[in-house]
Amino acid sequence: MKSRSLVSINDYTKEEILKILNIAAEFEAKPEPELLNGKVISTLFYEPSTRTRLSFESAVSRLGGRIVGFTDSSSSSVSKGESLKDTIMTVSNYSDLIILRHPLEGSALYASEVSRVPVVNAGDGANQHPTQTLLDLYSILKTQGTLENLNIFLVGDLKYGRTVHSLLMAMSHFNTTFNFISPKELQMPDEYKLYLNELGLKYYEHSDFTEIISRADIIYMTRVQRERFSDPMEYEKVKNIYVLRYAMLENTKANLKILHPLPRVNEIHQDVDKSEKAYYFTQALNGVYTRQAIIASILGLK
Amino acid sequence: MRDVKQLSVSGIKNGTVIDHIPAKNLFKVISILGLEKFDNRITFGTNLESKKLGRKAIIKVAGKTFVDDDVNRIALVAPEAKLNIINNYKVVEKYNVEVPKEIIGIARCVNPKCITNHEQIITRFTVIPGNEIALKCRYCEKITDQEHLNIR
Ligand SMILES: [Zn+2]
Repeated sequence: MKSRSLVSINDYTKEEILKILNIAAEFEAKPEPELLNGKVISTLFYEPSTRTRLSFESAVSRLGGRIVGFTDSSSSSVSKGESLKDTIMTVSNYSDLIILRHPLEGSALYASEVSRVPVVNAGDGANQHPTQTLLDLYSILKTQGTLENLNIFLVGDLKYGRTVHSLLMAMSHFNTTFNFISPKELQMPDEYKLYLNELGLKYYEHSDFTEIISRADIIYMTRVQRERFSDPMEYEKVKNIYVLRYAMLENTKANLKILHPLPRVNEIHQDVDKSEKAYYFTQALNGVYTRQAIIASILGLK
Repeated sequence: MRDVKQLSVSGIKNGTVIDHIPAKNLFKVISILGLEKFDNRITFGTNLESKKLGRKAIIKVAGKTFVDDDVNRIALVAPEAKLNIINNYKVVEKYNVEVPKEIIGIARCVNPKCITNHEQIITRFTVIPGNEIALKCRYCEKITDQEHLNIR
């Protein structure tokens, strides 16, 4: 993984994923505030994503690295019309690694092709966001003790949600059973179902999950957005079905944890927060360890 | 023998005849092959009757044979095209174009949010096997289908 860009979760094999998660656990157990001494990391955020940026910057800072970059493309040379290529070529001179967030799809792969230093994709439009997937996996591993043979519920917008697609691809290494719970209009695309068929993995589709929730090891919630529906009436009909409430957790497994990429709107009722099964805020903390692991591994320090 | 006679009418001694091009895509084929930059004698006919295509076009390029990779790129707009290699007024070889596995620098990605539509990037697509042309963008991973195919 040394010196290799991370553009898509599919860039990593099962073994490489496990290696990153191992390093993340090491950082969680034993902080290494000097590891990135003398290293400069660029964070280029062409669109505001405060949560992701702070997580990366915290990861670098806690390892003792320095950060250069911009958080808003309107205040930089980008607003003067500089191409992504020119910005990346220039910034490659100033840093050991580039973290890129960009609204256009494919921007991270392109950046990795023109950059002299490795690029970590912190989200390229609706395309890929591999560090989110790795932190999801770390959260699952940490709470379940294993990634193997779990029953994972993906809930909400399964059609457009890139986080659930990447999570599915990554979890397909671990003999996962999937339950897809979504409105008809937002079902998991066929290409992913075909992929699971090819691997011989089990998946089930539902439009409601109150009946089956007791089987879940992990519930991964996503937001169902009104603008995804061609018929607004359809949205009104289904909007409350995909909201998780405390009362629904009554007969669930002891090991169940609820994940969410955040920010949530109303798909997890605030009364769920008091349950020890609510894990989404710790999940965000795990992002720091996971991103430390990714950076240290790419820089060849782990 | 009839074939040879018809072709010899145009007077190509050596070269290539590309037949069964859909008439509406003639100029796309010319542009993909870069024929506008050729010095060789080129004749073409279009809106010719064709049982298969309705109206077809034909291109005759004197003194030139194409490399497979070059000519297969026209499969995107002329999947039925046939090439006749002419030597001394005779057809010495015939073959059909084949859709290549990868398309580099010809097609445009259908996704308006794709980086290739915003920066000067040579597009790259893998061709998804099937009857219809479907191209998967190397960059944004979205599929461009036949209906939305746009040649640069
Ligand atoms: Zn594209």
